[in-house]
Amino acid sequence: MRNAFAKTVVSHCNNVDYFFLTGDLGFMALEEVETAFGSRFINTGVAEQNMIGVAAGLAREGFKVFAYSIAPFCYARPFEQIRNDVCLANLPVCIVGNGGGYAYGYMGPTHHALEDCAAMNALGVRVMVPAFDEDIPVMLAELSSPTYLRLGYDDRPKGAEVPRYAPWRQVLSGEHGAIAALGPLAGIAWQALLDVPAHDRPSVWAVTEFNSDEISEEFWIQVTGRKLFVIEEHVAAGGLGMHVALAMAHLGVQVSRFIHRHALGYPTGRFGSQAFHRAQCGLDINGVRAMVLE
Amino acid sequence: MHQFELALKSVKLRLLKMHYDSNSGHLGGNLSCIDALMTLYHLVIKPDDRFILSKGHSAGALYLTLWSLGKLKDSDIETFNKDNTLLPGHPCVYGISDLLFSTGSLGHGPSLASGLALAAKYQNSNRQIYCLCSDGEWQEGSCWEALIFSIHHQLNNLTIIIDQNGLQGFGKTEEIISCSNLTLRISSFDAHVQRIDGHNCSEIRTALNNKSSIMPNILILDTIKGKGSHFEGKMESHYLPLSEEQYRTACSKINEDRDS
Repeated sequence: MRNAFAKTVVSHCNNVDYFFLTGDLGFMALEEVETAFGSRFINTGVAEQNMIGVAAGLAREGFKVFAYSIAPFCYARPFEQIRNDVCLANLPVCIVGNGGGYAYGYMGPTHHALEDCAAMNALGVRVMVPAFDEDIPVMLAELSSPTYLRLGYDDRPKGAEVPRYAPWRQVLSGEHGAIAALGPLAGIAWQALLDVPAHDRPSVWAVTEFNSDEISEEFWIQVTGRKLFVIEEHVAAGGLGMHVALAMAHLGVQVSRFIHRHALGYPTGRFGSQAFHRAQCGLDINGVRAMVLE
Repeated sequence: MHQFELALKSVKLRLLKMHYDSNSGHLGGNLSCIDALMTLYHLVIKPDDRFILSKGHSAGALYLTLWSLGKLKDSDIETFNKDNTLLPGHPCVYGISDLLFSTGSLGHGPSLASGLALAAKYQNSNRQIYCLCSDGEWQEGSCWEALIFSIHHQLNNLTIIIDQNGLQGFGKTEEIISCSNLTLRISSFDAHVQRIDGHNCSEIRTALNNKSSIMPNILILDTIKGKGSHFEGKMESHYLPLSEEQYRTACSKINEDRDS
């Protein structure tokens, strides 16, 4: 997805209003951004606090600024700079975290981002978790406030056409309730249930923004009196499941069951690929299928 | 200059009154930097220039400096540290155009100022960027991140002023994490460093105008925390508000200086 991101930045944002900062990451991904942006592309080095402070300074002078790193380094290390410098001044800085969730698998837990969306959302940052490559141009069409973009992999079924973008959108129809899947897990759920007959499966909804105001009426209709599943490669605390549950309670929607699968950290104390960690949390294709059909 | 000196003493008296009326601490760090802030704003800074108070706990000195220029009203100052104010104990970006960022947590200003300086360079603007830090603040790693960044990018339009009063939150800086040779340390990074008497406004003005044409400028001010008050150079000046007697004594001292 980072290649799609880089192409979008070059095609949509390469003008004098934009700066692109990286915390010394982006090898074999950001080279075309570097070439296109010229002096507006700055490798700020291994110093994420400074990167966000500089981004805020540039944004205060009217620029829109991307601040890129791998996910844990750009939201956790400079958390206070995001809070005080970017958010309190409501500046158009887009913090780009590549490899959200367990995406950096074998690199180990320091390189995973399991609570990033909750942390950013708590600051009032607009949190966006694209599910598919096509989502990125829509998401970057407007940058006017603090934004966090969590990049992962586009895991749609091979050759599948993605419906037109909406923060909540159905990607697979079904008649047994609905799954709300955060970002790339929508592709995993789509793959898992594609060959299950529609009358035996829930619909699959791709959720790409942390904003429960965007939940569609159609989604609530589908889950009323039926099962509601939420899956996310993110811890439960402050995650999508909590947002959906809160919205459900506010609206008085009654479901037959609320089933929440989320990142569990490192339950066995062992480490591996993203697929390994997803499987441990029941967030892989087999796990999602079993969850639905049990 | 005489008019400036009158304004400076008037601001110091108003600063004492503001802190006394609101029963607020942090007076020591305000009194150590008020000479520099007044010199900067009255004698050096131009309308398009930018300023960041990285040592946000000296908000009172900044508010009164802005007040002396007519940018804040008496009615604003009277709300300092009170309910429904725009002037909390550390400056906030809301509502006052001269305050570009919310500061108070130390170590943020140099990076913010570097961003502003970089923007000015890119926009081919001559505007200058000033940032006031404390000396203890340089225990924050982010200050050094910003320093090496600003040097690498040769941000000669950036001036970082360090109020070296030698006292921090819980003791003397040299006894906690020594910054006593801050001049030497920062010089070794190739910044343009000057060290002067931080209570001599003439020296401050000269140093602020003596900029490198290549490198960022660091101005280290030797200052006295709580200067002019009963707790001059004492830890108490960092936290404690003034009693009525202490307030009157400090006012008398400043008035005597005015009369001398």
